[in-house]
Amino acid sequence: MSYFRAENLSLHFGGLKAVDAVSFAVEKGEILSIIGPNGAGKSSIFNLISRIYPPTSGKIFFEDQDITQQPAYDIAKLGIARTFQNIELFENATVLSNLLVGRHRHSTTQLWQELLFLPSVRAGEKAHRRRVEQVIEFLDLEPYRDKLISGLPYGVRKVIELARALCSEPKLILLDEPSSGLNVEETDDMSFWIRDMKSELGITVLMVEHDMTLVNRVSDRVIALNYGRVLAMGSPSEVQHHPDVVAAYLGA
Amino acid sequence: MRFLFKTDYEDDIRLFPHSGYVYSYGLLLAVLLIAPYALSSYLMSQLVFVCIYATVGVGLMILTGFTGQASLGHAAFLAIGAYTAAYLQQFNVPFPVYFLAAGLLTGVVGALVGFPALRLQGIYLVIATISFAFIVEEILARWEGVTHGNEGMRVKTIQLLGTTVSRDGPPFYYLCLAVLVLTIVGTLNLLRSPTGRAFVAIRDSETAARSMGINVALYKVKSFAISAGITGFAGVLFAHKLSFISPEMFTLQLSIEFIIVILIGGTFSLHGAVLGAIFLVMIDPFLTYLKDDMPGVIGGVAATLGAGTERAGHIQDAVAAFASANGLKGAIYGVIIVVFVLFEPLGLYGRWLKIKLFFQLFPLYKRATFKRQKIYVKSERNR
Repeated sequence: MSYFRAENLSLHFGGLKAVDAVSFAVEKGEILSIIGPNGAGKSSIFNLISRIYPPTSGKIFFEDQDITQQPAYDIAKLGIARTFQNIELFENATVLSNLLVGRHRHSTTQLWQELLFLPSVRAGEKAHRRRVEQVIEFLDLEPYRDKLISGLPYGVRKVIELARALCSEPKLILLDEPSSGLNVEETDDMSFWIRDMKSELGITVLMVEHDMTLVNRVSDRVIALNYGRVLAMGSPSEVQHHPDVVAAYLGA
Repeated sequence: MRFLFKTDYEDDIRLFPHSGYVYSYGLLLAVLLIAPYALSSYLMSQLVFVCIYATVGVGLMILTGFTGQASLGHAAFLAIGAYTAAYLQQFNVPFPVYFLAAGLLTGVVGALVGFPALRLQGIYLVIATISFAFIVEEILARWEGVTHGNEGMRVKTIQLLGTTVSRDGPPFYYLCLAVLVLTIVGTLNLLRSPTGRAFVAIRDSETAARSMGINVALYKVKSFAISAGITGFAGVLFAHKLSFISPEMFTLQLSIEFIIVILIGGTFSLHGAVLGAIFLVMIDPFLTYLKDDMPGVIGGVAATLGAGTERAGHIQDAVAAFASANGLKGAIYGVIIVVFVLFEPLGLYGRWLKIKLFFQLFPLYKRATFKRQKIYVKSERNR
């Protein structure tokens, strides 16, 4: 049985088939990239997995559990974290509180305990803070801890979004175009981090990406999509040289 | 300027970042404690209203400022708290019991309002809360068996620990102050815990909050319940302060006044709720002063400028007619809101931060420090 599996996943908006009977599997500990031209349905697959859209048909399994009907907030509790293509951070909060929100799925305190800020809440806060600090160190975010998101540049925000996802200690992380809007050095850093996430933190990565250099450098396997359908699946070089993929990008 | 050198995670958690805060807030508390012995009874009465309005302001701040759910229905929550107290009083229920009961009942009603509000956003949520307020107002006027309808209800003085707490004396003021301080401390505790952060997350991006494992619906309902509960507590004090309550006290105008409190004070801070309450309560005597004295003053000025006694009299009458026109107060409130939204969106507390920074950095303060940056990358489609 695979670690994560999508079976005949479909998402139709009226006549438009954004995702059309897509099936794929992710093995534990691998980095799988989804590529494809604009509008191929890559982000839609992510939005289906994180339950922002309900699928028209098909099923999603994670650790042999059917998660197709789980509410959106439960997906994170199961250990699936994600980032967004157009950064979705909490703009009017500091970097620290953004990262601490990532710890939400681990918080156990009750409302009344929090109102009184009992020792258990204080201890929990310190534990969360310690984990957040580890992520801050991992991603070199030390200079930004107390800064408001609204004053930070795009590249830093991108990293903070990754950090917030990592703070939830996910088993599977969905990265929606991690390198979009980053310059060459930032993209380099990103590729190191993605590999470290796999090797040091043992996180399985499912990634949507346009930058083929990054895809080649980090991916174990690649899936190519077009018009909501899978064109090819396999190692990065196999997929890139697949005739259907070449046709989709360059025109037949 | 002071630089904080953090050596422990505790430094980010504690309520007072450094000793300076302890001294200044301690001083403020001392001043507030001796206030009854220094101020006139009129100012004392105003101070009690400041405490009550600030408590409501803190409650509304949790909902609107931190969770991002606008409400124009808080006068109704205040009314529910006030009427619960007045009703239970008839059965000789002791003060602590009906005080808690009023807060809890209002909290439950707040949660019930929260459920239908889950699917509404922005202006539609405002409309829904307005209609809730009208419904409550109508119920108060019609349910005569319980509320005595438009005749209103008398509220007896508080009996606490065998003594009578008169609504004009210092003990009642201390009670209101204690409720305010406890509310603020509780809210601060909430804001540095997972729940408070979840509220802020919902305010800034519901999609991201959901993908981080926050049950958005549950936390919105929680926010409504807490906000309403605090307002209910304030309602009990409000009823006792006025000693008589009737439905026409809890109109839309009052809800708008609460919005003014948080808008003028500064929407993202608890300081703002208190500053806004001071502003709102103190503007009332100021407007009364203008209404009573302005016509005479302007008439006098006109006379000295050589307008002639008769014309000065006409001017005085015209100003008096203007000052006593219906709805002038509402118009003035409207102008104040517009001016603040346009020129001081961070409110009085934002202004205070700017002044503080000006002196800390003197002479290097830059006006652009607080300039808001506009960013257009946020996606709206996943809302």
